[in-house]
Amino acid sequence: MRSIIIAALSAAFCGALTVAAAAGEKPVQLKKATGSDKVEANCAACHTLDYIPMNSPFLNAAGWDAEVTKMINAFGAPISPADAKIIGDYLKANYGQ
Amino acid sequence: MITRRSLLEAAGTGAILVGAGRELSRTFISSAEAQAAAPNLPVQLPEGTRREAVLDALAGKKPLIKLSYRPPNYETPVELLRTAITSNDAFFVRYHLSDIPQVKAETWRLSVGGEGANGEVSLSLDELKQLPAVEIVAVCQCSGNRRGLFEPHVPGVEWGYGAMGCARWKGARLKDVLDRAGLKNEAIEIVVSGTDKGAVDKTPQFIKSIPVWKAVEDTTLIAYEMNGQPLPHWNGFPARVVLPGWTGTYWMKHVSKISAVTKPFEGFWMKSAYRIPVGKFPVVARFASQETAVNTPIAEMVVNSLLTSHANGATVKVGSKVTVGGVAWDAGYGIHTVDISTDGGNTWMAATLGEDLGRFAFRAFSHPVNMPTKGNYKIMARATNKIGQSQASALIANPAGYHHNVVQTLNLVAA
Repeated sequence: MRSIIIAALSAAFCGALTVAAAAGEKPVQLKKATGSDKVEANCAACHTLDYIPMNSPFLNAAGWDAEVTKMINAFGAPISPADAKIIGDYLKANYGQ
Repeated sequence: MITRRSLLEAAGTGAILVGAGRELSRTFISSAEAQAAAPNLPVQLPEGTRREAVLDALAGKKPLIKLSYRPPNYETPVELLRTAITSNDAFFVRYHLSDIPQVKAETWRLSVGGEGANGEVSLSLDELKQLPAVEIVAVCQCSGNRRGLFEPHVPGVEWGYGAMGCARWKGARLKDVLDRAGLKNEAIEIVVSGTDKGAVDKTPQFIKSIPVWKAVEDTTLIAYEMNGQPLPHWNGFPARVVLPGWTGTYWMKHVSKISAVTKPFEGFWMKSAYRIPVGKFPVVARFASQETAVNTPIAEMVVNSLLTSHANGATVKVGSKVTVGGVAWDAGYGIHTVDISTDGGNTWMAATLGEDLGRFAFRAFSHPVNMPTKGNYKIMARATNKIGQSQASALIANPAGYHHNVVQTLNLVAA
């Protein structure tokens, strides 16, 4: 199990870095707060962080939880339950309703 | 031994380094560029969207409204939608997944087969071009165009008005492509997939299916030209599905595989995404093999129009006659009339329609409006198609924010 997670993570980050360079994307600054490091390290592997402010500030706590759950269950994001909690709390506190 | 924790930390370090590099490059953006990067956005968009969206040019494109860099989601500014044909460099860009290879024409192959076909064939681009070529002018519109205008807001890419365009597409009929492999009578859906994929292997690849009846219509193409040019990379080079009348989700870019199937395709992008509640929208065409008791795949577009001649809130000269106009479209029944109101919807007058480029195309319209006194004018446009469908007067709520065709109001100030 652990090796699968590591392989997926490794693929995620390598992929993200090459794709990011190719797309010439510009910096997206999220609010610096508790958990922003986990958001940057996990979410940016698959998409730029502009998705977060774009979807704000209209989601309530359940709405942000549903988004994090969707990223893990529907899109296969390799995020640990502990990180998912930190990410959810960050999104609710900084980009919530 | 590599632990998950150490890997995360390493990845975090990488992210910080990359971040630092970007920070450095950002200091070289001049203030003039920063000012030029402010697009004109609808006020109804979420506050965060309005803050984050910028004008940004992808390779080969004009500056478009960037909603997300990766995957790239860029919409066309309304002022570039004033004509019935949208230029290739202004055409919107929409991707779900971030790993988008640059496909080479020489090595690209289109595989055609599946358990609903008699055989398997693999076509090169030259072989595809040897099939009879068909041209059609058709609107490609994202299912979620105007999602950002939903009230209450729903999550997703928060599009304004510009996740759409109309082009002259040239390609082979999908029917002729399928004939090369031979379609069995039992086939019910045609599954299409492209070369783009997610950053992690577990992300469901973007794969769609189309009911056979729609796939074999004479107007359904595997297109390799757009407005007389090869498809731009960002619009699906070297070939894409063109499914006139139906929303962009089926218009598979960089299409590389076509499979006929005898059972409903079960993928995430059909079963979970791109679905609308049953019975809420006035749609005719159905995708019966994918329907459940509660929801159904979004399929044909609803009748719609957009005033593009003026920016919302634009100032015009008092005492002048101003020509307002824009484009109207539907699922291919054809635009019958576009009516204009200048008094907030109390009275309506028929606009003049522009050239008819075919039933799937944008239909341009225009109407002169007198501006006799100083003040605010509320201009509205409402399209009606040839089967009597008109734009909605109130939003039809649905969880994913599809099919927004509420009559728009353009505010002009005579001064």
